[in-house]
Amino acid sequence: MSDFKKVAEAVFEGDPESVQSLTQQLIDGGAAPMDIVNNGLLAGMDIVAPKFKAGEMFIPEVMMSAKALAEGMKLVKPLLSTADSAGMATFLMGTVKGDLHDIGKNLVVMILESGGFNVVDLGVDISPEQFVEAVKEHKPQIVGMCALLTTTMMAMKETIDALAAAGLRDSVKILVGGAPLYPEFAEKIGADGYCVDAVACKEMATALVAKH
Amino acid sequence: MVIVGELINTSRKSISEAVDNKDARVIQQIALEQVEAGAHYIDVNCGNKVFNELENMRWLVNTIQEAVKVPLCIDSPNPQALEAGLELVKYGTPMINSITDEGPRFDAVIPLVQKYKAKIVALCMDDRGMPDTAADRMRVVKSLYAKLTAAGVKDDDIYFDPLVKPVSSVGTAGVEVLETIRLIKEQYPGVHFMCGLSNVSYGLPNRQYLNRLFVSQTMAAGMDGYILNPTDKGMMGLIYAAKTLLGQDEYCMGYIKAHRKGFYEK
Repeated sequence: MSDFKKVAEAVFEGDPESVQSLTQQLIDGGAAPMDIVNNGLLAGMDIVAPKFKAGEMFIPEVMMSAKALAEGMKLVKPLLSTADSAGMATFLMGTVKGDLHDIGKNLVVMILESGGFNVVDLGVDISPEQFVEAVKEHKPQIVGMCALLTTTMMAMKETIDALAAAGLRDSVKILVGGAPLYPEFAEKIGADGYCVDAVACKEMATALVAKH
Repeated sequence: MVIVGELINTSRKSISEAVDNKDARVIQQIALEQVEAGAHYIDVNCGNKVFNELENMRWLVNTIQEAVKVPLCIDSPNPQALEAGLELVKYGTPMINSITDEGPRFDAVIPLVQKYKAKIVALCMDDRGMPDTAADRMRVVKSLYAKLTAAGVKDDDIYFDPLVKPVSSVGTAGVEVLETIRLIKEQYPGVHFMCGLSNVSYGLPNRQYLNRLFVSQTMAAGMDGYILNPTDKGMMGLIYAAKTLLGQDEYCMGYIKAHRKGFYEK
């Protein structure tokens, strides 16, 4: 097995210690940091994501894999050139105003980070104004919104309207998700996509960025 | 023990379609099945139809009451939708699902509890967010209990929902709920409980095993109300059996009856 593959395997196994030592070995051996990220760490997550989607792996295992990957990233990130980092798309994520749910959002953040996105997590109960300010500040390619309550679903529309009023709507793609949502709702409020789960969100975001 | 049948919820595809097509037959059939399976209340939730929730709520309440004469649990975070349903409830004492200790939501729902003399499901959450520990939950319980009783709500009409989170994400989610139930029983012996607990198994395989075990664990801690699918014979059979073992089933009659009704057939 190649050393990259070993890293990928350790990410898939959710083994932070092995990921750490294997990544360090690759760094010491002179491997290019971006290769370690793409062919090792993210390659491991590429095994996890489809298995999670197919119901063969479960949330706690995905969390362990993400944790293992984060350990490797900690070592590699300082070595990435600014050009490497600049290649990563920025994803702005938050739970909308009036809604305090964070479990699903945190899972999405984890999956996106492990999918190579630079994720800015605004947290919960984020008002349309806060989203607008954050878009100005971080200039993301994609904005993700989460709502778990039927009463806060409409805050997604308010946020999209606020981005439009601020002249920022066309500068970003908008993805929405959360238990009470459905595709027609996403369409009706003017979002660019509805994500049924965290992996779907990563896939849609990846596709949107590739199109850009 | 109070069982609220959860199946009439537009987040389920078949219900959503029946509501869109105003197919009364489908709704009435499901209402009837739940009552026959042992539900005391029928939950009515069309909250994800955000663009016409009120109209759908009225139609559902009327449609269900043409088929069954049981009290309804009007379920929405939207106070206008709650009132639209409550106005039309004809049988028994309605239940409202739910109130929280979030400032605006409490203030908007409490007049409805008073006006319709309804039973109220009180969710253990406030403006500070979703609780993790039993102590977080008890802080909300204390505040909600004080406010509800000050508003004239009787202990017997209060149903605390300890807020069940997935153990797949929060490892201590189950044990913190058990501790919360124990503390509520100790400090407020006159109140009741109500919760949907399938959330506990979210993200894990073989969910029905976790759900059923959690029912028996929470019952042993003092839980006396659930929002669930009453047509799930395995689950209902387990609840009857747990009541028997907890000394809540005189002469084991409930258990024997459940046996005769085929709850334990393989």
